[in-house]
Amino acid sequence: MSFGQFLLVAVLAVPALGALAVAATPRDRAARVIGTVAAALTLVAALALVADRAGAWTAYGPTPPAVRPWHSLDLPWVPGLDLRFHLGVDGISWPLVVLTALLTLLCCGYSLWRVPAGGSGRALVALLLVVEVGILGTFLALDLVLFFLFFEVVLLPMYAIIVGWGGEGSDAAAVDARRRAGRKFALYTLFGSVLLLVGVYVVVAAAGTADIVALTGGAGLSRGTQLAAFVLLALAFAVKSPLWPLHSWLPDAHTQAPTVGSVLLAGVLLKMGTYGLIRVAVGVAPAGARWAAPVLGVLAVAAILVGSLVCLAQTELKRLIAYSSVGHMGFVLLGIATLTATGIQAALIGNVAHGIITGLLFFLAGAIKDRTRTGALGELSGLRDVAPRLSGLLAFAAIASLALPGLAGFWGEAFAVVAAIESGGPFWTTLAVLAAFGGALTAAYLLRLLRRVTHGRPSPAVAALRPGLPGDPAVVGQPSESAGHPAVVGQRSGLAGAELAAWAPLVLLALAVGLAPALVLGVAEAPVNALMEVLR
Amino acid sequence: MTGVGVSMAQSVDSVALLPAYLAAGTAVLALLVDLLLARPAATVATAATGAVATAVGAAVVGAGAERRTFCVGPDCSYVFGGRAALVAALVALLALGVLALSGPLLRAGRTPVGEFCFLLACSMTGGVVLGAAGDLITLIVALETLTLPLYILVGLRRGSLASAEAALTFFVVSVVATTLTLLGAALLYAVTGGLHLDRLGVALADRSELLDLPLTGVAVTVLVAGLAFKVAAVPFHAWAPATYDGAPLPVAAYLSTASKLGGVVALLAVVQLALPQGVTGPVLALVAALTMTVGNLVALRQRRTVRLLAWSSVAQAGYILAPLGALALADADARTGAYAAALAYAVFFVLLELAAFAGVVALRPAGADGGRLDELRGAARRHPWIGAALAFALVGLAGLPPALAGLFAKVAVVRSLLDGGAGWLALVVAVNAVIGLAYYLRFAALLYAPTGDAVTPLARPARAVAGALAVATVLAVIVGFAPQLVLDLAGS
Repeated sequence: MSFGQFLLVAVLAVPALGALAVAATPRDRAARVIGTVAAALTLVAALALVADRAGAWTAYGPTPPAVRPWHSLDLPWVPGLDLRFHLGVDGISWPLVVLTALLTLLCCGYSLWRVPAGGSGRALVALLLVVEVGILGTFLALDLVLFFLFFEVVLLPMYAIIVGWGGEGSDAAAVDARRRAGRKFALYTLFGSVLLLVGVYVVVAAAGTADIVALTGGAGLSRGTQLAAFVLLALAFAVKSPLWPLHSWLPDAHTQAPTVGSVLLAGVLLKMGTYGLIRVAVGVAPAGARWAAPVLGVLAVAAILVGSLVCLAQTELKRLIAYSSVGHMGFVLLGIATLTATGIQAALIGNVAHGIITGLLFFLAGAIKDRTRTGALGELSGLRDVAPRLSGLLAFAAIASLALPGLAGFWGEAFAVVAAIESGGPFWTTLAVLAAFGGALTAAYLLRLLRRVTHGRPSPAVAALRPGLPGDPAVVGQPSESAGHPAVVGQRSGLAGAELAAWAPLVLLALAVGLAPALVLGVAEAPVNALMEVLR
Repeated sequence: MTGVGVSMAQSVDSVALLPAYLAAGTAVLALLVDLLLARPAATVATAATGAVATAVGAAVVGAGAERRTFCVGPDCSYVFGGRAALVAALVALLALGVLALSGPLLRAGRTPVGEFCFLLACSMTGGVVLGAAGDLITLIVALETLTLPLYILVGLRRGSLASAEAALTFFVVSVVATTLTLLGAALLYAVTGGLHLDRLGVALADRSELLDLPLTGVAVTVLVAGLAFKVAAVPFHAWAPATYDGAPLPVAAYLSTASKLGGVVALLAVVQLALPQGVTGPVLALVAALTMTVGNLVALRQRRTVRLLAWSSVAQAGYILAPLGALALADADARTGAYAAALAYAVFFVLLELAAFAGVVALRPAGADGGRLDELRGAARRHPWIGAALAFALVGLAGLPPALAGLFAKVAVVRSLLDGGAGWLALVVAVNAVIGLAYYLRFAALLYAPTGDAVTPLARPARAVAGALAVATVLAVIVGFAPQLVLDLAGS
């Protein structure tokens, strides 16, 4: 077993064993520390995957396959179901692997400091690690059946996080609301993944193999099979991404989920859909992709416009950010729909940027809601006066989200539009224009958000915050139980050290990816070009 | 091997019959021990030992080459091969598990121990023989031996009206089903002149003019319908929820595992060997689609624990039958795959179902019935391990990780359907998996729901019940990571 293979296994085994260790540790605080250490080790292993990657390029013959993993590991598991334990990492998956590991670490670290009401902290950390295993496995799988397996792993732990730690208050209505949100999430997502299962076996039955490396490029599948497979797979990923009109699980789930749940949901869970679309749906059924590209493009632009318009009418902070995901993922899907190198690269960097920025936005929204006990935009204003640092960060994140050049959000959205224009023809040009208009709407609702929350005179809920020393755990760490009352005197407006520690990496990454997009595009260029060759 | 076809005088291969001897011996011995010693513990121990011996015997005999006996010419009435061994061992182990679940029930004293053990062992004997049946009469007799003791077991709770009602419902429906099956067998005999499964298959395949006879169509329909009663497939399912709910919990567990497995094995035998796939394929596809859809939709509305499990087990029968729905279009390879997938699903299912029932038994007071779902609210907070095991079983029945056994079961079914060219049925299975999750998730979440009132400490569950639950769960985890074990056994 080479070092690369060891790392591949470690990336999955460390969080899995970490989850077990957390579950087996009776003391809550110690268990959370163990979980955070496991998440940190996972991040180290994920980062190390990029090292020693040149070797893979020389190992192939005159007709190299379209997927050339840096490292891969291929073991038999269930031959009766065509399932092999085949892992690999390349430039398309690596940035997402690192993003997942980073966000999970930040969420675990954040849980060290603050556990939302509802359940024990160690159970939450264990579930976060299980979710991480599922997401990382999805990004690393190079076997279709294994991909499906990991895709499913995420479902129940995420449901448990939403239902167990989500919402506010423990009255019957609140419990009911988060249970409904959780159920909606579970059923929608399962609907997507069973379609994925059928799609996977449509491909496997026709091709006789489930190896993504061998299948990428169509591998002699008939046009009819490719169309059927693409429709099933694209529907499955459209639910996960989510693509309008299959998005309606998302706002509820994001609004009800606890902060760490929302961060993982928006930050990386949605990426499983777009990643699957690029790697599996487009890669395995290129003829189907070409056939369905216009439909995908129209739906993506509809998602951008609908998402932005709905955001303009939102009155709740987390819900607004949740709906903004629909619009942002619309740009990603538009990039994929163009089926050009520019478009796919835009989609990849858009994926990463959205993960960073929306993760940060959800952290900030959670912090505001924890302090003021409300997320209603009508009850929030003047945060700038009371909590200048918090509102400054919110402004930064919002501006990054509206795709200001120089910040991470810019590249994905701008180049999705550029790719659509480059595709030529009145159809794609129209889509590009509409998408650009949607981008303007994005700016409108985010600026509206800022005006409502940070500017103006402090509302009673905001004014009740005491300016104070950052991170006084005696006060911030144990929010008063009198939810729903304005009796939040005693909540500090300053930032705790744990909060800064969780947010600083995201702020820095938003800047770094914005200033040097080559961080993502550099590794992704070669695999995307290889994919383009088989798409032609 | 015995001399085949030497004369009409039959030689008997006692080694092939060893599992059946062991099972029948267990029944007799349990009765004798109860009569002579009159100590409940001794009786139960005898039955349990006998069940273990039967399972071991089946495994040992099955490990060797296929054995045939009771042969007339090339046709044999008793064929003990890999599948027969799997079924026999599984039925014996299920009987053992049910015996363990019965601990609290028997200790509560309202159920006669000797009779219970005797009847259970009798039923086990039927199941052990069933997998080896080579002709329709052996098949039907074995199936009846499996079912007949259950009429009494269902009604065995003294002084329970629900129990008596359940027994009567079950009895009436089952007798009708048996009559239908026998009628089908008789009509097939009239058409082909044979009763051995292999010979029927050859006759119907070679003489295609037989298929055009209306009588053949009636015979096949009646035979399949009769067996569909046993698996509780829609539209012959209505008896199951009432019977399960009225029966004592361990007996309900036996009904939905061993008894259902028996029906599935019988159906597999006639469909695979005897009946023309072109006729049975579309019928079974329709039955499977209806069964899972109706079962799942009705389960959504259930408020009683056992009724929910009963309707869900109706739906699960649909998943088991689904691979057979691809028979008409499939080629030979895909057909073999379909039989293996159906059997593999059944194996995964009985394991998870037994675990689910064991969990319910463990969380309920000794000897109680399933009760309402609400009565299990927050149970996992009082009994974390048992609650987790029950939730695990439910998640497995829904077919999701972390219960990989259930996931691979669904995957095997979908794969065989797509290999057999029945994509529409695969989509029906997929949509049903989503509907199924709705109620399994509700049940599992209920176990973890916060209880408003003060926590009432429950008595510790009986050690035997907890043991059965632990073993079933561990087995489910093992086959979840190594599903190839089950797939190999089912395909042999």
